[in-house]
Amino acid sequence: MKTENQKAWLFVLPVLALVAFNALIPLMTVVNYSVQETFGNNLFFWQGLDWFENILRSDRFHAALGRQVMFTAIILAIEIPLGVMIALAMPRSGPWVSVCLVLMALPLLIPWNVVGAMWNIFTLPDIGLLGYFMNNVLGVDYNMTQSPTAAWVTIIVMDVWHWTSLVVLLAYAGLISIPEPYYQAAKIDGASNWSVFRYIQLPKMKRVLTIAILLRFMDSFNIYTEVFVLTGGGPGNSTTLLSIDLVKVALGQFDLGNAAAMSLVYFAFTLLVSWLFYTIMMRDEE
Amino acid sequence: MAKITIDKLRHSYSPNPTGPDDYALKEIDLDWTDGGAYALLGPSGCGKSTLLNIISGLLTPSEGRVLFDGKDVTNLPPDQRNIAQVFQFPVIYDTMTVYDNLAFPLRNRGVDSARIDARVMEIATMLELEDRLATRASNLTPDNKQKISMGRGLVRDDVNVVMFDEPLTVIDPALKWKLRSKLKELHQKIAVTMIYVTHDQTEALTFADQVVVMQDGVIVQIGSPVELFERPQHTFVGHFIGSPGMNILPCEVVDGGATFQGQKIALEGKVVKTGQTTEIGIRPEYVRLSDSGIPATVRKAADIGRHTVVEMMTGGVAINAITDAAPPEPGTEVRLSFDPDQTRVYSDGWIATEVAK
Amino acid sequence: MSLELRNVTKRVGAETHIHATSLSLDVGVFNILLGATSAGKSTLIKLMAGLEKPTTGEVWVDGQNVTGLSTQKRQISLVHQFFVNYPHMTVFENIASPLRVAGIPKSEIAGRVEEAANILQLGPMLKRYPDELSGGQQQRTALARAIVKESKAIFLDEPLANLDYKLREELREQLPDLLAGRGTVVVYATSEPTEALLLGGNTALVHEGRITQFGPTAETYRTPANIDSAMVFSDPPINLAPVTKQGNEMHMGTQVKWAVSGEVAGLADGPYTVGIRPHYVTPTLPKAPSIPLSGIVQITELSGSESVAHLSLGDQKWVSIAPGVHSYQLGQEHEFHMIPGQCFYFAPDETLVARGAGAHG
Repeated sequence: MKTENQKAWLFVLPVLALVAFNALIPLMTVVNYSVQETFGNNLFFWQGLDWFENILRSDRFHAALGRQVMFTAIILAIEIPLGVMIALAMPRSGPWVSVCLVLMALPLLIPWNVVGAMWNIFTLPDIGLLGYFMNNVLGVDYNMTQSPTAAWVTIIVMDVWHWTSLVVLLAYAGLISIPEPYYQAAKIDGASNWSVFRYIQLPKMKRVLTIAILLRFMDSFNIYTEVFVLTGGGPGNSTTLLSIDLVKVALGQFDLGNAAAMSLVYFAFTLLVSWLFYTIMMRDEE
Repeated sequence: MAKITIDKLRHSYSPNPTGPDDYALKEIDLDWTDGGAYALLGPSGCGKSTLLNIISGLLTPSEGRVLFDGKDVTNLPPDQRNIAQVFQFPVIYDTMTVYDNLAFPLRNRGVDSARIDARVMEIATMLELEDRLATRASNLTPDNKQKISMGRGLVRDDVNVVMFDEPLTVIDPALKWKLRSKLKELHQKIAVTMIYVTHDQTEALTFADQVVVMQDGVIVQIGSPVELFERPQHTFVGHFIGSPGMNILPCEVVDGGATFQGQKIALEGKVVKTGQTTEIGIRPEYVRLSDSGIPATVRKAADIGRHTVVEMMTGGVAINAITDAAPPEPGTEVRLSFDPDQTRVYSDGWIATEVAK
Repeated sequence: MSLELRNVTKRVGAETHIHATSLSLDVGVFNILLGATSAGKSTLIKLMAGLEKPTTGEVWVDGQNVTGLSTQKRQISLVHQFFVNYPHMTVFENIASPLRVAGIPKSEIAGRVEEAANILQLGPMLKRYPDELSGGQQQRTALARAIVKESKAIFLDEPLANLDYKLREELREQLPDLLAGRGTVVVYATSEPTEALLLGGNTALVHEGRITQFGPTAETYRTPANIDSAMVFSDPPINLAPVTKQGNEMHMGTQVKWAVSGEVAGLADGPYTVGIRPHYVTPTLPKAPSIPLSGIVQITELSGSESVAHLSLGDQKWVSIAPGVHSYQLGQEHEFHMIPGQCFYFAPDETLVARGAGAHG
């Protein structure tokens, strides 16, 4: 007698449909574009892997990828240690906990294009608070619409301001899950503060930090809105990160084939790095 | 190793205690000699863990002093008290090997590596962990993890006291007695003062030479396992130790003797104190089913193999007896007698009879 | 009402958790599953409750095959070892929740909740939240939730294991009365032999994914069908030793021997395994006829009213339990007395072949 119940699949169906619409179908469209040439009017010509070859040989792509890797590396190198340090400094009980948590959550609640616009105005040399202060009080020549260095510093500071909180909240969640006896045992074992961090806090935070690094890697690698609003990729091409370049190619030049191939290379790269990182981090977990 | 003195200790978790009810510990005085095995026994909430944390320095008492070898350590932090503590749940350093875990307390104190090696090997052998030394600690079973926690507590030979806070909670029942006896054995080998906190009478009585029974922040009796079982100073001790616990029967005291259900009951001696309530305390082991005495009705009888536990009612009061005879049917009318030398009167909970010399 | 397992097995990957098991449980008695941790008791309960699906075999309730039926449709209650209550609901709401789910009219709920709460002495606690209760009260709330609805079966998976032992004593005493006459099949898993004996009813002994024996609790205790059953139903485990029967004598090693009579005398000469429970190996001379044997005391324990000694007897590790307080010198040889009348004899295939004349466990 077969009484197996297949109804469960029905309940998963809406999710499958949703994923199909917002991920699989667009992805297939991109794949479709990446191997064809179109001049509009629904006319397509088979191009094979030409676009991919084009992209992989393009200096412009290499430059954008280089800038992107540098950006992501810098913000990870700042946000992860800074986030952990802030989390360690936060109180673990008492009335200040919720105050800290709300303060930390604030930057995360601001829409991305608002962040870009805020920093844009903030850094204007004539009326922006920061820009005016730097130029007229400290006497530093600071104008991110002219100096690539100033533009880079600004997008990095902006990203650190916007996203370090996420690392803090994740690291904090890892920290408060450590039972009190661990700290008491360490005290009794005569462990130094560094030992406590190295042998108790860091191992217990490993999982959440892995997630934090992954999220920050993927998000920063895909960053578009804030930088676009802030610098528009300039001055020159100095802050043209991958996704900004992609939009320029796809919408600015309407070069759909190249843009599609570029998206796929970009996507594959993100996926590969994330997978490698996750596998290495989780290697010795059962 | 040290002699531990607790002097007029009181502790409250609220900043402004008003009445005695605000105190988790109410006036504790204790004197523990060097190298002894002690247990703090009581139900949850009796204050035993509070007392333990005060001795280890994780908590500072509201009033009173803690002395190690006569030296006041009340305000010293745990790492300066030279103590070791094993917690209810295993505390291990996940990323370290078993060896490194055991060596950790020694390395932190700058002990030289040859000495560390010798101590770690010795302790690992005692705990039967010697073939696991190179394993990462996080890959062990819970009972082996707890063994490591114990090992870290025992690895230093210069400690004043080793404390155990319900250390067998997470251990599989089948392995419990093994670790329980292992601890006893370790104490005999290492001869350092050890304090063991538990709500389990078997663990306390197995481990300790002296058991401190606590209830509601008060010490109700300090005694050897034998004393606690044979002559409880308080009805709570009689009830808490033994399974089933001591029968406690409301009685009347007249002329230094006691009557229960209108019958005069022979006691171990004269009643020398009276209070608001007076009760007879008699262990089920010493209640006899006989031909004469107090009438009772059998409610239930359970043959638990080595003996039979008979539950009875006598005039609205429940009473248990332990007998080797075949279990009587429920509803049977029986008569009960008590062994006089094991029958005592308690007034307001405290023992009120005195054995004639 | 009845509950039946028909040739049920459970495999997970390559591992067999439950070997082919058939078991028929009736209403009106306590059905106890006794076995060590991870012997398979919880898996059996999950299979009966429908929380897990058997790999092969069928589960029948009341003459109906319910093998594929979801737990929700089986009308059962389950009380877990950990006190599972809804933390954001009061005791009243917790107890009422199964009735609400079942769509019982509001007017009826209050009365039934109060009735269940009174049985479990939770009357004054109804307005409190679970975290304001002691462990015993929390578990009583979970029990009240289990008994408030009409169920065909109620499963209790080591419900007392996480309580202080004094509370355990109290609840254990109340449980049989509480569940009697409710017309549901009661299944109670425990790892403690004494608990099984105190609860009575029928006991199934579970060992490594098999039921080694099933029958009335006292009878199962007195007649262990094989060595596994004897080990499971003895706390501490039963003492075992190889013996050889020669004529009317049983030889254990070279030193110890005793005369046998009755059904034991009827056994063919040859090798057997003797099993004797720890409380028939005593430090003092018992009333029943006994023979002396000496062992080296390794470890001693005191459990309130009894003294336990772990001794080595040649190659064998034995345990002695005696009422009262006895002191032993550790590492020294002590004389013990063993009652041959209380011995079980197992054939080389580990099945029980004879019991001593006075054997009742």
